[in-house]
Amino acid sequence: MQILKKKLNGLRRSPKALVIILFAGLLAVGTGYTAVSAAMSASPQAASHSAAQVTYGKKLFLSNCASCHGKNAEGTANAPTLIGVGEASVDFQVSTGRMPGAASGPQLQVKPVQFTNDQIAAMAAYVGSLATGPAIPGIAYTAGNGDAQKGGQLFRINCAMCHNAAGQGGALTEGKYAPALMHSSAKTIAEAMILGPQNMPVFNDANLTPQEKNDIITYLQYLQTHSSAGGDELGGLGPVTEGLLAWLGLLGLIIAITIWLGAKSN
Amino acid sequence: MSNTATAKKKNGFLAGTANYVDERVGVAGVLKEFGRKIFPDHWSFMLGEVALYSFLVLLLSGTFLTFFFQPSMTDVIYNGVYAPLKGAHMSIAYASSLDISFEVRGGLLMRQVHHWSALLFVAAAGLHMLRVFFTGAFRKPRELNWVVGFVLFVLGMAAGFTGYSLPDDLLSGNGLRIIDGMIKGVPFIGTWISSLLFGGEFPGHSIVGRLYSLHIMLVPALILVFLAIHLVMLVLHKHTHYSAAGRKDSNIVGYPLMPVYVAKAGGFFFIVFGVIMLIASFFTINPIWNYGGYDPSPVSAGTQPDWYIGWLDGALRLAPSHLEFMAGNVTVSMNILLPLIISLVFLALVALYPFFENWVTGDKREHHVLDRPRNAPVRTAIGAAGVTFYAVLWAGASTDLIATNFKMSLNQVLLTMQVSLIILPIVAFVVTKRICLALQRKDQEIALHGRESGRIVRLPHGEYIEVHEAANEYDLFKLVDYKDYQPTLARPNAQGKITIRARMRAAASSFYFKDSVSPTTQTAIEANAHHAHEIEEQVQKAIENQK
Repeated sequence: MQILKKKLNGLRRSPKALVIILFAGLLAVGTGYTAVSAAMSASPQAASHSAAQVTYGKKLFLSNCASCHGKNAEGTANAPTLIGVGEASVDFQVSTGRMPGAASGPQLQVKPVQFTNDQIAAMAAYVGSLATGPAIPGIAYTAGNGDAQKGGQLFRINCAMCHNAAGQGGALTEGKYAPALMHSSAKTIAEAMILGPQNMPVFNDANLTPQEKNDIITYLQYLQTHSSAGGDELGGLGPVTEGLLAWLGLLGLIIAITIWLGAKSN
Repeated sequence: MSNTATAKKKNGFLAGTANYVDERVGVAGVLKEFGRKIFPDHWSFMLGEVALYSFLVLLLSGTFLTFFFQPSMTDVIYNGVYAPLKGAHMSIAYASSLDISFEVRGGLLMRQVHHWSALLFVAAAGLHMLRVFFTGAFRKPRELNWVVGFVLFVLGMAAGFTGYSLPDDLLSGNGLRIIDGMIKGVPFIGTWISSLLFGGEFPGHSIVGRLYSLHIMLVPALILVFLAIHLVMLVLHKHTHYSAAGRKDSNIVGYPLMPVYVAKAGGFFFIVFGVIMLIASFFTINPIWNYGGYDPSPVSAGTQPDWYIGWLDGALRLAPSHLEFMAGNVTVSMNILLPLIISLVFLALVALYPFFENWVTGDKREHHVLDRPRNAPVRTAIGAAGVTFYAVLWAGASTDLIATNFKMSLNQVLLTMQVSLIILPIVAFVVTKRICLALQRKDQEIALHGRESGRIVRLPHGEYIEVHEAANEYDLFKLVDYKDYQPTLARPNAQGKITIRARMRAAASSFYFKDSVSPTTQTAIEANAHHAHEIEEQVQKAIENQK
């Protein structure tokens, strides 16, 4: 009995207190980690294309893309033709790492980028030389100096149903999804609106004027660069992660304390 | 000398004041009765307290918020400090919520304290309910208090939902639209009720003001009333305790309210408050500025309600589509009605469970010693099935986030959950019951033969035995002190007829108790102790012979 009592007395100091400290520590490290968000990267504009660049692009195309898209970009059973898709399309797919695709699936995944900016520009120049298509959007779209308020409104009306009102992305059917936009560059977002890649609809300049696209990008850049005034955003996923923290963090911490208090009096 | 004089004087003042109050309102009797109320010590008895304290925090922070919040849906142009909304049209309610967040000193912290403590309130109340359920604390005489507690839980959800919709942001507006749709899905009366609630077609211009009245007056008042009933009943019934030496259905072992528990509980309030403050300082909750003001045209992906409404949202999401049909000229939307009916039935089952179990056992005794969950295997299994059912519905509310974050197909996640909703509770029931029975048998084994000590001894004739250590008498209480129920038979009534009711009750009783493990009896323990003693003697002899 005496031994048991001693043992319980000891518990008050070491293991249970340790659990609480450990829990608090893990919580701090975990949230600290998620709080650190990478700054968005800006890509330079594609240079004007010389014949040499187009030749270089063709060479890259033949060695990296032709196996699926065909030797003359005419397309095969596995991949669509690239004649007429424009420079913007090549830039969007390759500079986000979606192309070259690693596997066929419901949707191409964002992966580490496989090419340098020069190489991407060369491939874009080559594909652009095959037929006219959407060009890489210029400063009028991507300057980020528009009206954030108007952009926010347009974003909620046109984009939020797939990309979420806070730009955190969302699910579509059968494994497809709208990606989060918190790390997308202005150029990528503008290209996506112009091209409507994968499952996204096209928002052409009649639908959303270049100025309106600029407004949307301005709004998203505001979200990307301003962290929440209220502390860590918990992934920006809203009530689900909030509920998770309420149960595991808030109630969990309090229960750990109750157990500690209860152990004291035993 | 002077010290004693002051002490005397102080004492005189205190005694005088006490006497003054007592002579006028008779406080001594109340204090004597209430101050001597005994609370047993166990961490699980503090969960209800956590709910109570988070409610106090809600009242405090909520009062602060009412100073600045304006429940009006009149259109204004925002001209505050949050740049991406500057110049936007919005309701005054949303604008004042933004002002609370960005311009009122301490406003955002208070909003976050209020919201986090709301989540904690319902979570602690829910966990408290589970503790009461799994330990059988709802048995006579506490059945009515279970119902009161259940009402409090539902009121907690109502308080949460009415508050959630007040800022009039896009996220809560989307949630309100779902409620509107559910109401409209009820045949015949739905459209009328919706029109009555919203003062016309959704969203109208009155809903925020109406929800505000409910949120700050009616619902909290009801919570306070039921809380008072809950606590008065708690005092009337006295607290329950876990079985141990000297603890019986006729007594209560613990510390008195005055002064021990007043100090403990008072301190614990500040701990709960402190933890809420800590979380509210470091974590954003409901960043309304991200969502924009409510406008019926946009719907955001990833729209979820707060966690306590999640299971209802999940029920809606998991309902199979294409269940709509026409009855005459009335559309019957079973894809809305089915989840509604299932949720209401689930709530009714929770509320009425104590009465059902009482009917099955026919036990009219008072119970103040709590059950260990394993000692009521079928109840525990039913509880586990219920928790699983709730949990699948709950997870159902985040099908889209599960799909995107774990890179799965939304359709398959949905299908898996639909199947899980039916299969998993059954699995949970069977597995839990088996685990309980196994634990009971293990208890029996320990009570009879003691714990395996790991000491292997060879007897002179070559037999190896492992020496078992008998459980000490205090530990034995926990192992053997529980009620033994046996299945009852359907008995004929006065007319000599076995009624269907009697048959149903016999069937339920058999379902509950047909494979129950009876508590180990004193005779069995003594007989085994005798046997163990003989072995111990043999062992001792063998050891001595070796020397």
